[in-house]
Amino acid sequence: MRVSTGESAVGLPRWAFVPAAMGGLFVLLPLVAMATRVDWSSYWSLITSESARAALLLSLQTSAASTVVCLVLGVPMSLVLARCRFPGIDLLRSLVMVPLVLPPVVGGIALLYTFGRRGLLGETLQVAGVQIAFSTAAVVLAQTFVALPFLVTSLEGALRTAGARYEAVAASLGARPTTVLRRVTLPLVWPGLLSGAVLSFARALGEFGATITFAGSLQGVTRTLPLEIYLQRETDPDAAVALSLLLVVVAVLVIAATRQGRPGRGLL
Amino acid sequence: MTLSFAATLPVRGFDVELDVAEGRTLALLGPNGAGKSTTLGLVAGTLRPHDGEIALDGRTLARADGGRARAWVPPHARQVALLAQEPLLFPHLSVRQNVAFGPRSQGARRRAADAAADRRLADVGLAHLADRAPSSLSGGQAQRVAVARALAAAPRLLLLDEPMAALDVDVTPELRQTLQRLLAGQTAVITTHDVLDALLLADEVAVIEDGRVVERGPTAQVLSRPRSAFAARIAGLNLLTGTWTGAGVRTAGGEVAHGHAPGDGLVDGAPATAVFRPAAVAVYLEEQHGSPRNTFRATVRSLEPRGDLVRVRTDRLAADVTPQAVAELALVPGARVWLSVKAAEVDVYPA
Repeated sequence: MRVSTGESAVGLPRWAFVPAAMGGLFVLLPLVAMATRVDWSSYWSLITSESARAALLLSLQTSAASTVVCLVLGVPMSLVLARCRFPGIDLLRSLVMVPLVLPPVVGGIALLYTFGRRGLLGETLQVAGVQIAFSTAAVVLAQTFVALPFLVTSLEGALRTAGARYEAVAASLGARPTTVLRRVTLPLVWPGLLSGAVLSFARALGEFGATITFAGSLQGVTRTLPLEIYLQRETDPDAAVALSLLLVVVAVLVIAATRQGRPGRGLL
Repeated sequence: MTLSFAATLPVRGFDVELDVAEGRTLALLGPNGAGKSTTLGLVAGTLRPHDGEIALDGRTLARADGGRARAWVPPHARQVALLAQEPLLFPHLSVRQNVAFGPRSQGARRRAADAAADRRLADVGLAHLADRAPSSLSGGQAQRVAVARALAAAPRLLLLDEPMAALDVDVTPELRQTLQRLLAGQTAVITTHDVLDALLLADEVAVIEDGRVVERGPTAQVLSRPRSAFAARIAGLNLLTGTWTGAGVRTAGGEVAHGHAPGDGLVDGAPATAVFRPAAVAVYLEEQHGSPRNTFRATVRSLEPRGDLVRVRTDRLAADVTPQAVAELALVPGARVWLSVKAAEVDVYPA
């Protein structure tokens, strides 16, 4: 393969292009294959059916909500993990990553035994008149559970790279810790924060296993787009393919939108 | 005493006592890892003492007793500003916003903080760069902005951690002059490897080795008659103080040391110091004439080996010469010699 002009990849073995190209195809080909199966004549009616619209709206709403929860909980978590040193912090850092490697169904079961009617906190919440399982709130919790590690890893990495030296200077100029966070730390890690938020939004958008286990599949309440797709696959494969493509488009748009703001930078 | 400092940190083998009087500047000299940065960290509040007390203007900043903190003022409430090796300008803020950061953080309104920032930028001669982004500045400009930012915070004490170390050699004289002007009347502690920084910026010098203060005194005294090994190694510079005559420094004894003044700021009759390295000094038995040279009559006091050379200490100046020269000239303590140094080797600074 000849590259006409510009920088040349010195030291990259030629054979590496073969598996690299295969990897690229492996990701792209299934998307193309899916696109070829779309019944374009009825595409618009398929993705605007009542159930499809309800699912898409619910997906966007719950994913946005869980991204907000991820930010509210994840930013302070990342700060503590990146800046504090106390016994057990390494263990804590590993535990935070557990949802990343856990099968989402297992996460759903764990959430059910925490917030479910007979769960650890569920009984108390029940007394307080709050029922979470099989509600829209449960969808948000399930999505947050699986998406939080994405935000924390991304942001913690950015915080470590930025280092604490700017913060020390800011404090020496008389800035209180909250001022330092608002005016120095967060602006410095803004790209990492943004990519972390986008990753968690995307992860929340695709969440299936934990949602169906913990929240069920109730149209307009807990049936998000992935659940709708799974359900339609049994009855109406054309609709499933059409909705799948919609999800792909939404995901690509989200990623493109954030890359647009920072030309030349990678997602992470 | 404005700053009184007595702290130990056994894990680092650190046990230092210091004080700095109101409006004075103390230079901390010492090899890497000797404890200079630890001292600054303890004053700034990025480190906690194991034992001891650090007080500024009679207010205790930190007090500890066997590892137990008895008193602690967080860094932001200490009124101690820190200038590091790198400028560390906040990259997302403009130059003006950077300098206004201190006043803003201490509760000043935006307009007042911006006005204060513009004044400080004018002090360092960079008012025209106020709207620029830090990334567009040269290293020397960025460090001067950092100086303006630190002073804009109106600190009771300014800490400078090797402020010239990361700069190109050709921009250090300018920053040094800026600091010399701005540190007048500012209580400050500066750590440095460069004997010139100590000479020009500090009233007093403390030499730290292995976590202990091994030498302490007025700058000129420590630098010209060093007692500690480290001070002797980095200092031992030849210093001649007097007044500037336009071409050189006239000493009280009437001799003139011709040299050049990097930068301006010297007027005739102003106090000045001529500085040159012992290696630039040649030793003769007869008086030399020729290209612009300075010659001084001197009596040899001692000879000591320094690597491949021999340091000849005389009653007034030191010279580094080869062992062959020592043998040829038959240099022994008590010998009367002429010392010669090229004018080009002599730097003159305002005193």
